[in-house]
Amino acid sequence: MRRRLDWLQAGVVVAMLVLVLAPGAASWLIAYPAEWVVPITLWLNVFMSWCVDLAGPACRALSAALGVPMTAVRELLNWLPWSVTLTLATFVAWAASGWRLAAFTFFAILYMVVIGYWSESMNSLALVAISVPAAVGIGFALGALAFVSRRAERIITPTLDLLQTVPAFAYLLPILLLFGFGPVVGMIASVLYAFPPTVRNTRLGLSRVPPEVVEAGLMAGATRNQLFWRVRTPNALRQILLGVNQTTMAAFSMVIIASIIGGTADIGWEVLLTMRKALFGESLLAGIVIALMAMVMDRITAAAASAEPAPPGGNGRLRARHRNALIAVGLALGVALLASLLPFLEEYPEAWEVYPAQYLNDFITWIVVEHAKTINLIKRCAFFFVMLPVKTGLDQTVTPFTWGFEFTAPLRAGYALLAAALVAWVAIRRGIGSASLIAFVAIMVYFGITRLPWPAMLAMTVLLGWRLGGPRLALGTAAAFGFLIVAGVWPQTLLSFYLCGLAVLLSFTVGTALGILASELDGVSAFVRPINDTLQTMPLFVILIPFVMIFKIGEFTALLAIMAYAVVPAIRYSEHALRSVPADVVEAATCFGCTRGQLLWRVKLPLAMPVIMLGLNQTIMFAIAMLVIAALVGTNGLGQQVYIGLGDGDFGVGMVAGIGMAFIAMIADRMTQGLSRAREERFGLRAEV
Amino acid sequence: MDDRTPDAPQVKLSCREVWKVYRDEAAPYFRQEVSTGDPGALAARMRGDGAIPAVVDVSFDVHVGEIFVIMGLSGSGKSTVVRCLSRLVEPSHGEVRLDREDLLRKSDRELIEIRRHKMGMVFQSFGLMPHLNVFDNVALPLTLQGRPASERNERVSRVIRLVGLEGRESAFPRQLSGGQQQRVGIARSLAVEPELWFLDEPFSALDPLIRRQMQDEFLRIQHRLKKSIVFITHDFLEALRIADRMMIMRDGRAVQVGAPVDLVLNPADDYVAEFTEDVPMVRVLKASDVLDPSQAVEAGMPREDADLSVENLLPRLARHRGGIAMMRGGESIGVVTAASVIAALAQEKQHRAGTDAPPSVRRGDSRPG
Ligand SMILES: Nc1ncnc2c1ncn2[C@@H]1O[C@H](COP(=O)(O)OP(=O)(O)O)[C@@H](O)[C@H]1O
Ligand SMILES: [Mg+2]
Repeated sequence: MRRRLDWLQAGVVVAMLVLVLAPGAASWLIAYPAEWVVPITLWLNVFMSWCVDLAGPACRALSAALGVPMTAVRELLNWLPWSVTLTLATFVAWAASGWRLAAFTFFAILYMVVIGYWSESMNSLALVAISVPAAVGIGFALGALAFVSRRAERIITPTLDLLQTVPAFAYLLPILLLFGFGPVVGMIASVLYAFPPTVRNTRLGLSRVPPEVVEAGLMAGATRNQLFWRVRTPNALRQILLGVNQTTMAAFSMVIIASIIGGTADIGWEVLLTMRKALFGESLLAGIVIALMAMVMDRITAAAASAEPAPPGGNGRLRARHRNALIAVGLALGVALLASLLPFLEEYPEAWEVYPAQYLNDFITWIVVEHAKTINLIKRCAFFFVMLPVKTGLDQTVTPFTWGFEFTAPLRAGYALLAAALVAWVAIRRGIGSASLIAFVAIMVYFGITRLPWPAMLAMTVLLGWRLGGPRLALGTAAAFGFLIVAGVWPQTLLSFYLCGLAVLLSFTVGTALGILASELDGVSAFVRPINDTLQTMPLFVILIPFVMIFKIGEFTALLAIMAYAVVPAIRYSEHALRSVPADVVEAATCFGCTRGQLLWRVKLPLAMPVIMLGLNQTIMFAIAMLVIAALVGTNGLGQQVYIGLGDGDFGVGMVAGIGMAFIAMIADRMTQGLSRAREERFGLRAEV
Repeated sequence: MDDRTPDAPQVKLSCREVWKVYRDEAAPYFRQEVSTGDPGALAARMRGDGAIPAVVDVSFDVHVGEIFVIMGLSGSGKSTVVRCLSRLVEPSHGEVRLDREDLLRKSDRELIEIRRHKMGMVFQSFGLMPHLNVFDNVALPLTLQGRPASERNERVSRVIRLVGLEGRESAFPRQLSGGQQQRVGIARSLAVEPELWFLDEPFSALDPLIRRQMQDEFLRIQHRLKKSIVFITHDFLEALRIADRMMIMRDGRAVQVGAPVDLVLNPADDYVAEFTEDVPMVRVLKASDVLDPSQAVEAGMPREDADLSVENLLPRLARHRGGIAMMRGGESIGVVTAASVIAALAQEKQHRAGTDAPPSVRRGDSRPG
């Protein structure tokens, strides 16, 4: 079977070479003809308007109903004097984790006040405060259902897979059409986007309760209900809270994105608005608010999830909890009283606000002007030597203007010879399969990914799917890519492919290298960790801001932003993988005289490979998630399609692109998991992270 | 073991022809073949079909107030048997009777009531609730029953004192050593004052020294409470220390049932013999097994209980060369001398080595019926 796959793959590559070389080859084989496009977009629109006619009134009624608690919370948060909110939040942080988090929370909130974004921040907080409990409630119920009933699980799990891979923007479309505009819509979107992690973790937690604990509960005479609520759920609580933490973060990032459609005077809206006006100083200041809020929420929920049960004091535990509540109420009342005496504690005076946006803008302008040469050089190099060759191929990229010399016939022949020699060498050393992959890459770099014939691309990916995941994955790949081709978004798919692929390649390489360093040197590890933590909790489009400020709109900026986000899992997983190589193996290797280098290359890396491959998987997922957001700064892929659909209220266009991206993400996920599993089986290891 | 004869021990729990087949619970096997065919062959066929017969045709009784030990290598089906008895797993076939009532016919409600009042169970890896402290863990069964707080507190403090954990009530399981955690498990299982007590390898996860100590504790507790006990272990020495009667299992089947000394002296097959091979004879033999027929009881001889193990008798024998009178029920039944002990041990040794010399002690056939 393997051999046959190898030869098939070689055949595809040869056919492709013939196709792209033959002058005037059947053009329908290169670019998918427009006449063949199936009007899926149209059908989707028809379907959607039918849905809107059917469910629209009910949805709008629901949205109006949800508006009531929403407005109430909004007004409550705006009515509370800022000093009271500050005190309460700081106290909660202290109770959850200790004085360090309390200090961080204190300064974070103070920043919001001083910068003058108080009411915007509270409006965003109101959205989160409503949507997180709703998402957790739904998530817990579904997770418990999936645990109890196998049949329900079989429906819920794949649905979640799809929900979590559909890009965040694409959620907004149907919701926009069904529910209309407004803050409530943002809330609905964030509930829908945020509940899956709670479902997963609830199910996982419940199924991981040790059987003896459950049996002990049964032998204690627990009824079904008692067993669930008093034995299983408390035992699963930690895992469930982990899900709550993830749900909170997801809800939060969606609240920001949702302000695109429902923005009214909240912080996400502020970021978007200023970014559109190219007021980068302002958008950075607003972006920092979001990042701070996200970090505070993440740390507090994470601390709650990992909290040990109360220390000895036993039956006093309940009392301790009451005591905290009492202190909180007391503090709040005290501060409120104080605020009624000192008006600046009630409402922060505008005169005291510090809004250094102008200085920031000036500073950035100064940097951009002062270092214009360097910045341009970086941009040009990246563009001409890395991005364009992948996009349109050396064939068109190498000109006197870009590379400084002509791509003459002898040079082209030299490239071909070099490639042929490499392919031949690999064929001898590693077999036909690897050699045909190399040949494919060589052809791609010469002609550019956007100019490769679609049947060849389709065939290659399907074969790759077969290799990594067997016939089922091959079938799935064929269906997903077939959908993209037939729906007529193949060119955009290729563009996304190019940007995302490049970002993954670069961030995986850089990330793994950093991870290796971090695993060997504790100093590097300590340095990288907080940066990783920050990047990971940062709502996606805040990451864009600094890059846009310096490199302006464009594909290069998008590439950098994607890399900044996608590099995190690569670092994390490789460091974790290398550090968790069993100590006895390392000791044994050291005993028979391995040097440090040998230890790393010959012992640790091979053993760590399955987990590092899981890191690759996550790198790809992160890159795809960021790809859509990066569409905001000007890329021309599927992400842009989603954005266009959103802008025009064109459900079909946005949905085709959104679903297409979800498909690509799922296929990439299965393929890399297949890769990891293959490694794992070879070593008889199990990868766990 | 007919419990209708007047002076036979009273049966607490009995199981007959119990089977448990995992994977493919397939009923077809159990329609006719079970009662007619050979269980061994049937189990082999099931294995061939891809099913896992974890318990194969097991029958035994547990008497009131006795410690019944189930022993076997890991994977031999011990845990599954005891879970069939408590219906934590549903037997595929067979009959389980508790106080003569058919346990398998009980509804879920009735079963919960039975577990709340009649059964307690101790688990190998403790099965404690990590989110509850010692007190709440022990109180759990009572809390689930909704008992009033005063009664609960009183009972819980009593069992916590019984297992020697007073003062640690507010500690959480993870703050305790393995031995202490298992004390919590024991206390919890005793909190409902069960009549029937299941212990599934309760001490296997503990260090040897602690294990020994816990066995002593366990015997002390049992001496006071006189429960009917099913105790699982894979350690023959442990079984020897505590068992009144025991059953040896292999691949789901009960190979032999009897008193420990029967198993050592008359192993049913090589498997049992291998288990008992390393057991020091002095621990197994009781004084009554090594009487010297040529000696008559004389006045002034020191006296000892006839149920004492030879091991415990040896120091006294060293001091009283003339022999010791063995007493049972206030009457002397014979005399043990150093010579009679040595003779008995030598004979057993020869017997084990496979020579034809008959063992000095023979008991009735002890295969399971
Ligand atoms: N839930 C289950 N599903 C399938 N097989 C099981 C299950 N539980 C136990 N078994 C199998 O039944 C056999 C007996 O297991 P067990 O009763 O746990 O043995 P022991 O307690 O003597 O170690 C083993 O072969 C085990 O693999
Ligand atoms: Mg067991």
